[in-house]
Amino acid sequence: MYSNEWQPTASLTNLRQRAELFKSIRHFFDQRNVMEVDTQILSHCAVSDPFIDSLSVEYRPHPNAEGQFLHLQTSPEYAMKRLLASGSGDIYQLGKVFRNGEVGRRHNPEFTMLEWYRLGFSLEDLMDEVEDLVKTQIADLPWRRVSYRELFIDVLQLDPFTASLQELQYACRQQVEASFDDDDRDTWLNLLMSHIIEPQLTGAVFVHSYPPSQAALACVHPDSTGAQVSERFELYLDGLELANGYHELANPQEQSQRLTADQQQRALLGLPQRPLERRLVKALEHGLPECSGVALGVDRLLMRMLKAESIAEVIPFGFERA
Amino acid sequence: MANYSANQFKNGLKVMLDGDPCSMLDVEFVKPGKGQAFTRVKMRNLITGRVWERTFKSNESIESADVMDTDLEYLYSDGEMWHFMDTSTFEQVAADQNAIGDAAKWLKEQDKIMVTLWNGNPIAVTPPNFVELEVVETDPGVKGDTAQGGSKPATLSTGAIVRVPLFIEIGEKLRIDTRSGEYVSRA
Repeated sequence: MYSNEWQPTASLTNLRQRAELFKSIRHFFDQRNVMEVDTQILSHCAVSDPFIDSLSVEYRPHPNAEGQFLHLQTSPEYAMKRLLASGSGDIYQLGKVFRNGEVGRRHNPEFTMLEWYRLGFSLEDLMDEVEDLVKTQIADLPWRRVSYRELFIDVLQLDPFTASLQELQYACRQQVEASFDDDDRDTWLNLLMSHIIEPQLTGAVFVHSYPPSQAALACVHPDSTGAQVSERFELYLDGLELANGYHELANPQEQSQRLTADQQQRALLGLPQRPLERRLVKALEHGLPECSGVALGVDRLLMRMLKAESIAEVIPFGFERA
Repeated sequence: MANYSANQFKNGLKVMLDGDPCSMLDVEFVKPGKGQAFTRVKMRNLITGRVWERTFKSNESIESADVMDTDLEYLYSDGEMWHFMDTSTFEQVAADQNAIGDAAKWLKEQDKIMVTLWNGNPIAVTPPNFVELEVVETDPGVKGDTAQGGSKPATLSTGAIVRVPLFIEIGEKLRIDTRSGEYVSRA
Protein backbone atom coordinates (compact mmCIF):
# COMPACT_ATOMS: atom_id res chain seq x y z
CA MET A 1 0.00 0.00 0.00
CA TYR A 2 1.24 3.49 -0.83
CA SER A 3 1.56 5.87 2.07
CA ASN A 4 -0.66 8.49 0.41
CA GLU A 5 -3.62 6.14 -0.03
CA TRP A 6 -5.45 7.68 2.89
CA GLN A 7 -5.64 10.99 1.06
CA PRO A 8 -8.52 12.14 -1.17
CA THR A 9 -8.20 11.73 -4.92
CA ALA A 10 -9.69 15.21 -5.47
CA SER A 11 -7.92 18.40 -4.49
CA LEU A 12 -9.60 20.59 -1.89
CA THR A 13 -10.04 23.26 -4.56
CA ASN A 14 -12.01 20.78 -6.64
CA LEU A 15 -14.08 19.73 -3.63
CA ARG A 16 -14.99 23.35 -2.95
CA GLN A 17 -16.09 23.66 -6.59
CA ARG A 18 -18.10 20.50 -6.13
CA ALA A 19 -19.89 21.95 -3.12
CA GLU A 20 -20.58 25.16 -5.07
CA LEU A 21 -22.02 23.11 -7.93
CA PHE A 22 -24.43 21.26 -5.61
CA LYS A 23 -25.55 24.57 -4.16
CA SER A 24 -26.02 26.08 -7.58
CA ILE A 25 -28.03 23.08 -8.87
CA ARG A 26 -30.38 23.27 -5.90
CA HIS A 27 -30.79 27.00 -6.42
CA PHE A 28 -31.57 26.45 -10.12
CA PHE A 29 -34.43 24.06 -9.36
CA ASP A 30 -35.65 25.99 -6.37
CA GLN A 31 -36.10 29.05 -8.58
CA ARG A 32 -38.08 26.97 -11.05
CA ASN A 33 -40.30 25.42 -8.37
CA VAL A 34 -39.06 21.90 -8.94
CA MET A 35 -39.26 19.85 -5.74
CA GLU A 36 -36.25 17.93 -4.48
CA VAL A 37 -36.91 14.26 -3.67
CA ASP A 38 -34.66 11.54 -2.32
CA THR A 39 -36.01 8.15 -3.29
CA GLN A 40 -34.57 4.90 -1.98
CA ILE A 41 -31.10 3.77 -2.96
CA LEU A 42 -31.85 0.18 -1.93
CA SER A 43 -34.63 -1.50 -3.88
CA HIS A 44 -36.32 -4.90 -4.09
CA CYS A 45 -36.19 -4.58 -7.86
CA ALA A 46 -33.34 -3.94 -10.27
CA VAL A 47 -32.91 -2.12 -13.56
CA SER A 48 -33.88 -4.28 -16.53
CA ASP A 49 -31.33 -2.85 -19.01
CA PRO A 50 -29.10 -5.79 -20.01
CA PHE A 51 -26.04 -3.58 -20.20
CA ILE A 52 -26.34 -2.04 -16.77
CA ASP A 53 -25.36 -4.37 -13.95
CA SER A 54 -26.81 -3.64 -10.52
CA LEU A 55 -24.85 -4.09 -7.33
CA SER A 56 -26.72 -6.53 -5.13
CA VAL A 57 -26.43 -6.43 -1.37
CA GLU A 58 -27.66 -8.92 1.16
CA TYR A 59 -30.45 -7.79 3.42
CA ARG A 60 -31.01 -9.83 6.59
CA PRO A 61 -33.82 -9.43 9.12
CA HIS A 62 -31.29 -10.59 11.74
CA PRO A 63 -27.47 -10.93 11.51
CA ASN A 64 -27.71 -14.74 11.58
CA ALA A 65 -30.81 -15.07 9.45
CA GLU A 66 -30.78 -16.06 5.83
CA GLY A 67 -30.50 -12.99 3.64
CA GLN A 68 -32.23 -11.83 0.50
CA PHE A 69 -30.65 -9.73 -2.21
CA LEU A 70 -31.69 -6.15 -2.66
CA HIS A 71 -30.29 -3.91 -5.36
CA LEU A 72 -28.64 -0.51 -5.31
CA GLN A 73 -30.28 1.95 -7.68
CA THR A 74 -28.53 2.49 -11.01
CA SER A 75 -30.75 5.56 -11.52
CA PRO A 76 -33.75 6.83 -9.56
CA GLU A 77 -35.92 6.65 -12.70
CA TYR A 78 -38.40 3.96 -11.64
CA ALA A 79 -38.97 5.44 -8.19
CA MET A 80 -39.30 8.98 -9.50
CA LYS A 81 -41.88 7.89 -12.07
CA ARG A 82 -43.87 6.23 -9.29
CA LEU A 83 -43.85 9.61 -7.55
CA LEU A 84 -44.90 11.39 -10.75
CA ALA A 85 -47.80 8.98 -11.16
CA SER A 86 -48.79 9.74 -7.56
CA GLY A 87 -49.12 13.42 -8.42
CA SER A 88 -45.80 14.82 -7.20
CA GLY A 89 -45.51 17.38 -10.00
CA ASP A 90 -42.07 18.52 -11.20
CA ILE A 91 -39.30 16.80 -9.24
CA TYR A 92 -35.52 16.48 -9.17
CA GLN A 93 -33.09 14.24 -7.35
CA LEU A 94 -29.40 14.79 -6.71
CA GLY A 95 -27.78 11.72 -5.28
CA LYS A 96 -25.66 8.61 -5.55
CA VAL A 97 -26.27 5.81 -7.99
CA PHE A 98 -24.32 2.57 -8.43
CA ARG A 99 -23.26 0.60 -11.48
CA ASN A 100 -21.34 -2.61 -11.14
CA GLY A 101 -18.04 -3.00 -12.93
CA GLU A 102 -17.92 0.53 -14.35
CA VAL A 103 -14.46 1.84 -13.53
CA GLY A 104 -12.32 4.02 -15.75
CA ARG A 105 -11.23 7.56 -16.42
CA ARG A 106 -14.86 8.56 -16.99
CA HIS A 107 -16.53 5.98 -14.76
CA ASN A 108 -16.75 5.28 -11.07
CA PRO A 109 -19.00 2.46 -9.81
CA GLU A 110 -20.63 4.94 -7.42
CA PHE A 111 -21.38 8.34 -8.89
CA THR A 112 -23.57 11.38 -8.45
CA MET A 113 -26.55 11.73 -10.72
CA LEU A 114 -28.90 14.63 -11.18
CA GLU A 115 -32.23 13.45 -12.53
CA TRP A 116 -35.30 15.57 -13.13
CA TYR A 117 -38.77 15.39 -14.66
CA ARG A 118 -40.85 18.21 -16.06
CA LEU A 119 -44.58 17.93 -16.66
CA GLY A 120 -45.81 19.07 -20.06
CA PHE A 121 -42.26 19.55 -21.38
CA SER A 122 -41.46 18.38 -24.88
CA LEU A 123 -38.02 16.94 -25.54
CA GLU A 124 -37.05 20.33 -27.05
CA ASP A 125 -38.23 22.17 -23.91
CA LEU A 126 -36.12 19.86 -21.81
CA MET A 127 -33.06 20.34 -24.02
CA ASP A 128 -33.53 24.09 -23.50
CA GLU A 129 -33.57 23.60 -19.74
CA VAL A 130 -30.50 21.36 -19.72
CA GLU A 131 -28.77 24.02 -21.78
CA ASP A 132 -29.80 26.71 -19.25
CA LEU A 133 -28.43 24.64 -16.39
CA VAL A 134 -25.10 23.84 -18.03
CA LYS A 135 -24.72 27.49 -19.05
CA THR A 136 -24.88 28.53 -15.40
CA GLN A 137 -21.60 26.61 -15.01
CA ILE A 138 -19.83 26.82 -18.38
CA ALA A 139 -20.53 30.04 -20.24
CA ASP A 140 -18.37 29.80 -23.34
CA LEU A 141 -19.53 26.61 -25.05
CA PRO A 142 -20.91 26.61 -28.58
CA TRP A 143 -24.25 24.70 -28.66
CA ARG A 144 -25.86 22.67 -31.41
CA ARG A 145 -28.48 19.97 -31.92
CA VAL A 146 -28.21 17.19 -34.44
CA SER A 147 -30.18 14.02 -35.05
CA TYR A 148 -28.51 10.63 -34.67
CA ARG A 149 -29.08 9.99 -38.35
CA GLU A 150 -27.64 13.32 -39.53
CA LEU A 151 -24.61 12.80 -37.32
CA PHE A 152 -23.81 9.35 -38.75
CA ILE A 153 -24.33 10.56 -42.30
CA ASP A 154 -22.18 13.59 -41.66
CA VAL A 155 -19.24 11.75 -40.06
CA LEU A 156 -19.45 8.29 -41.63
CA GLN A 157 -21.64 8.72 -44.74
CA LEU A 158 -23.78 5.95 -43.32
CA ASP A 159 -27.49 5.93 -42.48
CA PRO A 160 -27.70 4.22 -39.08
CA PHE A 161 -31.37 3.37 -39.63
CA THR A 162 -31.00 1.59 -42.95
CA ALA A 163 -27.39 0.33 -43.08
CA SER A 164 -27.09 -3.45 -42.97
CA LEU A 165 -25.25 -5.29 -40.22
CA GLN A 166 -22.46 -6.00 -42.73
CA GLU A 167 -22.13 -2.34 -43.67
CA LEU A 168 -21.91 -1.33 -40.03
CA GLN A 169 -19.30 -4.00 -39.28
CA TYR A 170 -17.31 -2.97 -42.32
CA ALA A 171 -17.38 0.72 -41.33
CA CYS A 172 -16.18 -0.21 -37.83
CA ARG A 173 -13.41 -2.49 -38.97
CA GLN A 174 -12.09 0.19 -41.31
CA GLN A 175 -11.16 2.27 -38.27
CA VAL A 176 -11.29 0.12 -35.16
CA GLU A 177 -9.45 -3.13 -34.56
CA ALA A 178 -11.93 -5.51 -32.98
CA SER A 179 -11.92 -9.23 -33.59
CA PHE A 180 -15.21 -10.11 -31.91
CA ASP A 181 -18.40 -10.91 -33.76
CA ASP A 182 -21.83 -9.69 -32.87
CA ASP A 183 -25.09 -9.85 -34.77
CA ASP A 184 -26.65 -6.99 -32.83
CA ARG A 185 -26.63 -3.84 -34.98
CA ASP A 186 -26.58 -1.70 -31.84
CA THR A 187 -23.21 -3.10 -30.78
CA TRP A 188 -21.69 -1.77 -34.00
CA LEU A 189 -23.60 1.50 -33.81
CA ASN A 190 -22.35 1.98 -30.25
CA LEU A 191 -18.81 1.13 -31.30
CA LEU A 192 -18.94 3.68 -34.13
CA MET A 193 -20.46 6.25 -31.81
CA SER A 194 -18.00 5.79 -28.95
CA HIS A 195 -14.80 5.23 -30.95
CA ILE A 196 -15.21 7.43 -34.00
CA ILE A 197 -18.00 9.96 -33.62
CA GLU A 198 -17.71 11.00 -29.96
CA PRO A 199 -14.06 12.09 -30.18
CA GLN A 200 -15.09 14.44 -33.01
CA LEU A 201 -17.89 16.15 -31.08
CA THR A 202 -16.66 19.55 -29.98
CA GLY A 203 -18.59 22.02 -27.88
CA ALA A 204 -21.99 21.09 -26.46
CA VAL A 205 -23.88 18.78 -28.78
CA PHE A 206 -27.37 17.37 -28.27
CA VAL A 207 -27.78 14.19 -30.29
CA HIS A 208 -31.46 13.29 -30.62
CA SER A 209 -33.89 10.96 -32.39
CA TYR A 210 -32.23 7.62 -31.69
CA PRO A 211 -33.09 4.34 -33.40
CA PRO A 212 -36.07 2.64 -31.68
CA SER A 213 -33.79 -0.22 -30.60
CA GLN A 214 -32.01 2.33 -28.39
CA ALA A 215 -35.18 3.93 -27.02
CA ALA A 216 -34.75 2.63 -23.46
CA LEU A 217 -37.74 4.31 -21.75
CA ALA A 218 -38.43 6.97 -24.38
CA CYS A 219 -41.51 7.29 -26.58
CA VAL A 220 -41.14 6.05 -30.13
CA HIS A 221 -42.94 7.80 -32.99
CA PRO A 222 -42.63 8.10 -36.77
CA ASP A 223 -40.48 11.00 -38.04
CA SER A 224 -41.13 13.07 -41.19
CA THR A 225 -39.77 10.25 -43.39
CA GLY A 226 -42.04 7.71 -41.73
CA ALA A 227 -39.15 5.94 -39.94
CA GLN A 228 -39.70 5.07 -36.29
CA VAL A 229 -37.44 7.17 -34.04
CA SER A 230 -37.21 7.39 -30.29
CA GLU A 231 -37.68 10.70 -28.54
CA ARG A 232 -34.40 10.54 -26.71
CA PHE A 233 -31.42 12.84 -26.55
CA GLU A 234 -27.89 12.61 -25.28
CA LEU A 235 -25.80 15.64 -24.47
CA TYR A 236 -22.07 15.58 -25.12
CA LEU A 237 -19.61 18.19 -23.86
CA ASP A 238 -16.51 18.03 -26.02
CA GLY A 239 -17.16 14.34 -26.64
CA LEU A 240 -17.88 13.56 -22.99
CA GLU A 241 -21.30 11.94 -22.58
CA LEU A 242 -23.09 14.02 -19.97
CA ALA A 243 -26.86 13.58 -20.00
CA ASN A 244 -29.54 11.29 -21.33
CA GLY A 245 -33.11 12.54 -21.74
CA TYR A 246 -36.45 11.09 -22.82
CA HIS A 247 -39.90 12.14 -23.70
CA GLU A 248 -41.12 9.59 -21.21
CA LEU A 249 -42.94 6.46 -22.23
CA ALA A 250 -46.33 6.52 -20.49
CA ASN A 251 -47.97 3.51 -22.11
CA PRO A 252 -48.12 0.68 -19.52
CA GLN A 253 -48.44 -2.16 -22.07
CA GLU A 254 -45.43 -0.91 -23.99
CA GLN A 255 -43.51 -0.45 -20.72
CA SER A 256 -44.36 -3.98 -19.67
CA GLN A 257 -43.24 -5.38 -23.02
CA ARG A 258 -39.91 -3.55 -22.82
CA LEU A 259 -39.23 -4.93 -19.34
CA THR A 260 -39.99 -8.43 -20.57
CA ALA A 261 -37.88 -7.97 -23.70
CA ASP A 262 -34.93 -6.82 -21.59
CA GLN A 263 -35.28 -9.84 -19.35
CA GLN A 264 -35.34 -12.14 -22.39
CA GLN A 265 -32.24 -10.50 -23.80
CA ARG A 266 -30.57 -10.94 -20.41
CA ALA A 267 -31.39 -14.65 -20.53
CA LEU A 268 -29.97 -14.93 -24.06
CA LEU A 269 -26.75 -13.24 -22.99
CA GLY A 270 -26.45 -15.35 -19.85
CA LEU A 271 -26.86 -12.31 -17.61
CA PRO A 272 -28.42 -12.40 -14.13
CA GLN A 273 -32.21 -12.43 -13.95
CA ARG A 274 -33.26 -9.94 -11.30
CA PRO A 275 -36.73 -8.89 -10.17
CA LEU A 276 -38.34 -6.54 -12.70
CA GLU A 277 -39.94 -3.34 -11.43
CA ARG A 278 -43.53 -4.28 -12.25
CA ARG A 279 -44.74 -1.56 -9.87
CA LEU A 280 -43.65 0.90 -12.56
CA VAL A 281 -46.18 -0.70 -14.93
CA LYS A 282 -48.85 -0.35 -12.23
CA ALA A 283 -47.92 3.29 -11.80
CA LEU A 284 -48.24 3.87 -15.55
CA GLU A 285 -51.62 2.12 -15.50
CA HIS A 286 -52.67 4.62 -12.86
CA GLY A 287 -51.37 7.36 -15.14
CA LEU A 288 -48.03 9.01 -15.74
CA PRO A 289 -48.50 12.68 -16.61
CA GLU A 290 -47.17 13.77 -19.99
CA CYS A 291 -43.54 14.61 -19.18
CA SER A 292 -39.91 14.60 -20.19
CA GLY A 293 -37.03 13.66 -17.94
CA VAL A 294 -33.27 13.62 -17.98
CA ALA A 295 -30.37 12.17 -16.01
CA LEU A 296 -27.12 14.12 -15.88
CA GLY A 297 -23.75 12.95 -14.59
CA VAL A 298 -22.75 15.58 -12.07
CA ASP A 299 -19.17 14.32 -11.67
CA ARG A 300 -18.71 14.52 -15.43
CA LEU A 301 -20.06 18.06 -15.52
CA LEU A 302 -17.50 18.92 -12.88
CA MET A 303 -14.78 17.16 -14.89
CA ARG A 304 -15.55 19.39 -17.83
CA MET A 305 -15.81 22.53 -15.68
CA LEU A 306 -12.44 21.85 -14.07
CA LYS A 307 -10.87 20.30 -17.18
CA ALA A 308 -10.12 17.16 -15.16
CA GLU A 309 -8.73 14.14 -16.99
CA SER A 310 -10.17 11.59 -14.62
CA ILE A 311 -13.35 11.31 -12.58
CA ALA A 312 -11.32 10.51 -9.45
CA GLU A 313 -10.03 14.11 -9.55
CA VAL A 314 -13.51 15.47 -8.85
CA ILE A 315 -14.85 13.04 -6.24
CA PRO A 316 -13.48 12.89 -2.68
CA PHE A 317 -12.29 9.29 -2.85
CA GLY A 318 -12.13 7.52 -6.20
CA PHE A 319 -12.97 3.81 -6.35
CA GLU A 320 -9.44 2.57 -5.60
CA ARG A 321 -9.34 4.56 -2.38
CA ALA A 322 -13.00 4.19 -1.42
CA MET B 1 -2.09 -20.63 -19.09
CA ALA B 2 -4.63 -18.49 -17.38
CA ASN B 3 -7.13 -16.42 -19.31
CA TYR B 4 -8.02 -12.84 -18.56
CA SER B 5 -11.46 -11.49 -19.37
CA ALA B 6 -11.76 -7.92 -20.60
CA ASN B 7 -12.99 -6.65 -17.25
CA GLN B 8 -9.72 -7.85 -15.65
CA PHE B 9 -7.51 -5.95 -18.08
CA LYS B 10 -5.13 -3.47 -16.54
CA ASN B 11 -1.98 -1.60 -17.41
CA GLY B 12 1.07 -3.83 -17.54
CA LEU B 13 -0.86 -7.08 -18.13
CA LYS B 14 0.95 -9.44 -20.53
CA VAL B 15 -1.20 -11.39 -22.95
CA MET B 16 -0.90 -13.46 -26.12
CA LEU B 17 -2.34 -11.90 -29.27
CA ASP B 18 -1.97 -13.37 -32.74
CA GLY B 19 0.83 -15.59 -31.44
CA ASP B 20 2.96 -12.84 -29.92
CA PRO B 21 3.30 -11.71 -26.30
CA CYS B 22 1.94 -8.20 -25.83
CA SER B 23 1.87 -5.76 -22.97
CA MET B 24 -1.08 -3.50 -22.15
CA LEU B 25 0.06 0.11 -22.03
CA ASP B 26 -3.27 1.80 -21.44
CA VAL B 27 -6.66 0.30 -20.67
CA GLU B 28 -9.79 2.37 -21.07
CA PHE B 29 -13.31 1.40 -20.12
CA VAL B 30 -15.74 2.63 -22.78
CA LYS B 31 -19.43 2.44 -21.98
CA PRO B 32 -22.21 4.33 -23.66
CA GLY B 33 -24.98 5.27 -21.20
CA LYS B 34 -27.21 2.79 -22.97
CA GLY B 35 -25.44 -0.11 -24.57
CA GLN B 36 -22.71 -2.62 -24.27
CA ALA B 37 -19.37 -1.88 -22.59
CA PHE B 38 -16.08 -2.09 -24.45
CA THR B 39 -12.52 -2.18 -23.25
CA ARG B 40 -10.16 -0.23 -25.44
CA VAL B 41 -6.53 -1.21 -25.01
CA LYS B 42 -3.33 0.34 -26.23
CA MET B 43 -0.93 -2.59 -26.68
CA ARG B 44 2.71 -3.12 -27.38
CA ASN B 45 3.80 -6.23 -29.22
CA LEU B 46 6.84 -7.29 -27.18
CA ILE B 47 8.48 -8.99 -30.14
CA THR B 48 8.05 -6.37 -32.84
CA GLY B 49 7.64 -3.30 -30.65
CA ARG B 50 4.51 -2.28 -32.59
CA VAL B 51 2.08 -0.16 -30.57
CA TRP B 52 -1.58 -0.13 -31.57
CA GLU B 53 -5.13 -0.07 -30.22
CA ARG B 54 -7.59 -2.89 -30.02
CA THR B 55 -11.14 -2.99 -28.65
CA PHE B 56 -12.69 -5.88 -26.77
CA LYS B 57 -16.20 -6.69 -25.61
CA SER B 58 -16.51 -7.19 -21.89
CA ASN B 59 -17.16 -10.92 -22.31
CA GLU B 60 -14.09 -11.54 -24.45
CA SER B 61 -11.09 -13.17 -22.88
CA ILE B 62 -7.50 -13.68 -23.93
CA GLU B 63 -4.70 -15.94 -22.87
CA SER B 64 -2.06 -14.61 -20.53
CA ALA B 65 1.55 -14.61 -21.70
CA ASP B 66 4.30 -16.13 -19.57
CA VAL B 67 6.33 -12.96 -19.60
CA MET B 68 8.58 -12.06 -16.69
CA ASP B 69 10.93 -9.19 -16.01
CA THR B 70 14.08 -10.43 -14.26
CA ASP B 71 17.21 -8.67 -13.04
CA LEU B 72 20.20 -10.52 -14.47
CA GLU B 73 23.91 -9.86 -14.47
CA TYR B 74 25.41 -9.11 -17.86
CA LEU B 75 28.38 -11.40 -18.52
CA TYR B 76 29.72 -10.85 -22.03
CA SER B 77 28.93 -10.78 -25.72
CA ASP B 78 30.39 -13.24 -28.20
CA GLY B 79 29.48 -10.96 -31.07
CA GLU B 80 26.29 -12.83 -31.91
CA MET B 81 24.66 -13.34 -28.53
CA TRP B 82 24.65 -11.43 -25.27
CA HIS B 83 24.96 -13.61 -22.20
CA PHE B 84 23.31 -13.00 -18.83
CA MET B 85 23.26 -14.85 -15.52
CA ASP B 86 20.85 -15.12 -12.65
CA THR B 87 23.20 -14.54 -9.72
CA SER B 88 21.12 -16.59 -7.30
CA THR B 89 20.70 -19.72 -9.45
CA PHE B 90 23.73 -19.22 -11.74
CA GLU B 91 21.45 -20.04 -14.66
CA GLN B 92 22.48 -18.36 -17.86
CA VAL B 93 20.42 -17.06 -20.77
CA ALA B 94 21.52 -15.65 -24.10
CA ALA B 95 19.78 -12.83 -25.94
CA ASP B 96 20.05 -12.20 -29.66
CA GLN B 97 20.30 -8.93 -31.55
CA ASN B 98 16.49 -8.57 -31.78
CA ALA B 99 16.06 -8.84 -28.03
CA ILE B 100 19.00 -6.57 -27.25
CA GLY B 101 18.16 -3.81 -29.70
CA ASP B 102 19.52 -0.43 -28.66
CA ALA B 103 20.41 -1.65 -25.18
CA ALA B 104 23.68 -3.17 -26.49
CA LYS B 105 25.54 0.12 -26.32
CA TRP B 106 24.82 0.56 -22.60
CA LEU B 107 25.73 -2.92 -21.36
CA LYS B 108 28.72 -3.07 -19.06
CA GLU B 109 29.96 -6.39 -17.73
CA GLN B 110 28.70 -7.21 -14.24
CA ASP B 111 25.92 -4.60 -14.38
CA LYS B 112 22.42 -5.69 -13.33
CA ILE B 113 20.14 -5.50 -16.34
CA MET B 114 16.39 -6.05 -16.66
CA VAL B 115 15.80 -8.90 -19.08
CA THR B 116 12.26 -9.73 -20.16
CA LEU B 117 11.76 -13.45 -20.57
CA TRP B 118 8.96 -15.06 -22.54
CA ASN B 119 8.64 -18.79 -21.83
CA GLY B 120 12.12 -18.49 -20.38
CA ASN B 121 13.69 -16.86 -23.45
CA PRO B 122 14.89 -13.24 -23.52
CA ILE B 123 12.75 -11.03 -25.74
CA ALA B 124 13.76 -7.60 -24.46
CA VAL B 125 16.61 -6.04 -22.52
CA THR B 126 16.24 -2.79 -20.62
CA PRO B 127 19.39 -1.11 -19.33
CA PRO B 128 19.33 0.78 -16.03
CA ASN B 129 18.15 4.40 -16.41
CA PHE B 130 21.66 5.57 -15.52
CA VAL B 131 24.97 3.89 -16.31
CA GLU B 132 28.57 4.85 -15.55
CA LEU B 133 30.95 4.35 -18.44
CA GLU B 134 34.53 5.29 -19.22
CA VAL B 135 35.56 7.58 -22.08
CA VAL B 136 37.92 5.73 -24.44
CA GLU B 137 38.16 8.34 -27.16
CA THR B 138 37.49 12.09 -27.46
CA ASP B 139 39.25 15.27 -28.54
CA PRO B 140 41.62 16.75 -25.95
CA GLY B 141 39.87 18.63 -23.16
CA VAL B 142 39.70 22.42 -23.21
CA LYS B 143 41.09 23.69 -19.90
CA GLY B 144 39.29 26.40 -18.04
CA ASP B 145 36.14 25.96 -20.08
CA THR B 146 33.98 24.39 -17.37
CA ALA B 147 31.03 26.74 -17.38
CA GLN B 148 30.53 27.67 -21.02
CA GLY B 149 28.37 25.57 -23.30
CA GLY B 150 29.70 23.68 -26.23
CA SER B 151 30.09 19.94 -26.62
CA LYS B 152 32.02 17.29 -28.50
CA PRO B 153 31.51 13.61 -29.23
CA ALA B 154 33.07 11.01 -26.94
CA THR B 155 33.27 7.27 -27.46
CA LEU B 156 32.60 5.19 -24.34
CA SER B 157 33.93 1.78 -23.35
CA THR B 158 30.81 0.06 -24.69
CA GLY B 159 31.12 1.74 -28.08
CA ALA B 160 28.34 4.25 -27.45
CA ILE B 161 28.98 7.79 -28.70
CA VAL B 162 27.56 10.64 -26.63
CA ARG B 163 27.87 14.43 -26.65
CA VAL B 164 29.93 15.58 -23.68
CA PRO B 165 31.16 19.00 -22.42
CA LEU B 166 34.46 20.23 -23.85
CA PHE B 167 36.40 19.71 -20.58
CA ILE B 168 35.95 15.91 -20.52
CA GLU B 169 39.16 13.85 -20.97
CA ILE B 170 39.90 10.28 -22.05
CA GLY B 171 39.79 7.91 -19.09
CA GLU B 172 37.11 9.80 -17.17
CA LYS B 173 34.01 7.97 -15.97
CA LEU B 174 30.69 9.56 -16.95
CA ARG B 175 27.13 9.16 -15.79
CA ILE B 176 24.77 8.72 -18.76
CA ASP B 177 20.96 8.69 -18.94
CA THR B 178 20.24 5.68 -21.16
CA ARG B 179 16.67 6.80 -21.91
CA SER B 180 17.82 9.94 -23.70
CA GLY B 181 21.39 8.85 -24.40
CA GLU B 182 22.61 12.09 -22.81
CA TYR B 183 25.55 12.93 -20.59
CA VAL B 184 24.48 13.76 -17.02
CA SER B 185 27.70 14.40 -15.09
CA ARG B 186 31.10 13.05 -14.20
CA ALA B 187 30.67 9.87 -12.19
